[in-house]
Amino acid sequence: MTTPAQSDLAPPPTLEVRGGRKNFGAVHALRGVDIVARAGEVTALVGDNGAGKSTLIKCIAGIFPFDAGEVRYEGETVHISDPGAANDIGIEVVYQDLALCDNLDIVHNMFLGRELRKGFRLDEAAMETRAAEVLASLSVRTVRSIRQHVASLSGGQRQTVAIARAVLWNSKLVILDEPTAALGVAQTEQVLQLVRRLADAGLAVVLVSHNMNDVFEVADSISVLYLGQTAAQVRTADTSRAEVIELITSGSAVAPVGAPGTAQPATDNANGSTTA
Amino acid sequence: MSTPTVSTRSDAPSLLSGEVEQPTFTEALQNYVRKVRGGDMGSLPAILALTVLAGVFVVLKPETFPSALNIANLFQQGAVVVTIAMGLVFVLLIGEIDLSAGFASGVCGAILAVTLTSIGWPWYVAVLAAVLTGVVIGLVIGLLVAKIGIPSFVTTLGAFLAFQGVVLLIIGTGGNISLTNPVILAIQNKNIPPAIGWALGGLAVAAYGFATIRTWSSRRRQGLLSAPRAMVITKVVAMALVVLGGVLVLNQERSVNPAITSLRGVPIVVPIIVVLALGLGFLLTRTAFGRHIYAVGGNAEATRRAGIPVARIRVTCFIICSSMAAFAGIFAASRATSVDPNAGGSNVLLYAVGAAVIGGTSLFGGKGRITDALIGGAVIAVIDNGMGLLGYSAGIKFVVTGLVLIAAAAVDALSRRRARTTGRG
Repeated sequence: MTTPAQSDLAPPPTLEVRGGRKNFGAVHALRGVDIVARAGEVTALVGDNGAGKSTLIKCIAGIFPFDAGEVRYEGETVHISDPGAANDIGIEVVYQDLALCDNLDIVHNMFLGRELRKGFRLDEAAMETRAAEVLASLSVRTVRSIRQHVASLSGGQRQTVAIARAVLWNSKLVILDEPTAALGVAQTEQVLQLVRRLADAGLAVVLVSHNMNDVFEVADSISVLYLGQTAAQVRTADTSRAEVIELITSGSAVAPVGAPGTAQPATDNANGSTTA
Repeated sequence: MSTPTVSTRSDAPSLLSGEVEQPTFTEALQNYVRKVRGGDMGSLPAILALTVLAGVFVVLKPETFPSALNIANLFQQGAVVVTIAMGLVFVLLIGEIDLSAGFASGVCGAILAVTLTSIGWPWYVAVLAAVLTGVVIGLVIGLLVAKIGIPSFVTTLGAFLAFQGVVLLIIGTGGNISLTNPVILAIQNKNIPPAIGWALGGLAVAAYGFATIRTWSSRRRQGLLSAPRAMVITKVVAMALVVLGGVLVLNQERSVNPAITSLRGVPIVVPIIVVLALGLGFLLTRTAFGRHIYAVGGNAEATRRAGIPVARIRVTCFIICSSMAAFAGIFAASRATSVDPNAGGSNVLLYAVGAAVIGGTSLFGGKGRITDALIGGAVIAVIDNGMGLLGYSAGIKFVVTGLVLIAAAAVDALSRRRARTTGRG
């Protein structure tokens, strides 16, 4: 199995998982996954249904820890035992079902569980100012008022709020689970631009997606899972859709895909074939 | 109005697209109308109902209904229902129900009566015992619901039956414990001296005005979106009129024969309820705990993922509900000057749930305020009192109150549907 082996003087990747395993009883959900996510890059995590994408991100997020394998965070071995521990070291996950409260406004959703306080009281002004700053830094200009209830937002705006909430806490690694799955064309474009801006701002972004268009539009690197194992992690620039789809469906490329960094000439003949 | 335009400050924090445009009075009014039309009506239907009902009774019974005596009566009649309703708001907010709150108030009242008379504890210890009983009841119900996972409807239905039995066991069948403690009896039967009533009313208005204007100007200074000045002033003035008007009416002589006994002043129970309401309102709107209650009602799973201890929030809400029921039990005992085996029974609970729902608290969770309980409780009290004055039987009263409750629940359900289609919360 290929492993990214860039032993240069470059800073250690934000997240590096080696040989991650997870069993649920007799079910081997993860049978040795490797993934590397670097600061300033979007790392796409792709794979067919049941390949283990959700399990992998839940392991990274501490919802259920790996059974075996090594997790290195900014070069140091860590054990993430619960979601709080993941948050503490700067890992945030934006789940597919968003986890927003419809009856609260944008500010309260962004600070849910981590409200700023003045003594006993909520520091509404500070939270509102900070939320506005974060949204502005993400160049979000589509929300009318940050005091409106989340229920009144469109799917793209809700996704934006969820992502903004994840970057509010000086997080270093943001994991996005299918952020565009339920969105229309224009909103998908907005969210993808937002994902790109997160990476450009220096965060490590892991993007779980089924959509090859999205992946090739924003990802710097693509990690493919196949039946609980990492088939390959390749640089987007060095691969093609056909190759990635082949990896997703069969676990190995027709033409051998080398380790990332050792460029493989991309075959251009199947450019139009995309999956959704 | 030539306010210095804070919004043009260049270093003001940007609200998404540069500076904040503070709405004018008309715009703010339009926003409110849009909000209401979008299905977020809050207490508006209840306030309308209250106005219409009060108007009808004033017309039909011009001598008795708007008399000072009757208005003071309204407060004392409504006290028990309003107090239970304020506690129920917490349980309704997390999408649960507490059917046992009525008889919980009966149990706490019985504890108060027994500790005062049979054991002979001083009144403050007896009150503490009653409230602690409420806390324990809430804790047990909360643990059953939140930790074991029994639906609150079933848990509290069982508790409803059990507490009815507990009251009977404490008081004894056909028994009746009379209260003689002057402090407890004063709560619902004595009034505050008019001068002190004015002072307290003035103090409340001043504090409200000060706090409101301070928050408003601080938000303006920081360039945050805030209501137009005229609207803030209108709110403060309206509040002042309601409070001081209430004090004025209640300070009138309302004794039938003033030469023998003078009867004037705000009933003592009123400021107690105001303090309880302010405390609970603060908890709900100004603290992180209050935010988390709304969050649990809105999306419990999201709240859990945000690292909030959902079960603990649920248990605490049940504790608050039963503790308020304990206060209600004390008020009821004071008003009746005794505790009988039916304390907290008959329609007390249904009126309290009705009050919260009529006021605008949603049965679906996540939406509601303490003021809902106050306004809804006023509607219930006015119906009960007004129809009694008109000489209608209890049967008609129950039918009308029931219909009003169904109407309120229908408004809730319809506004939710409308909110979904217009994309509002």
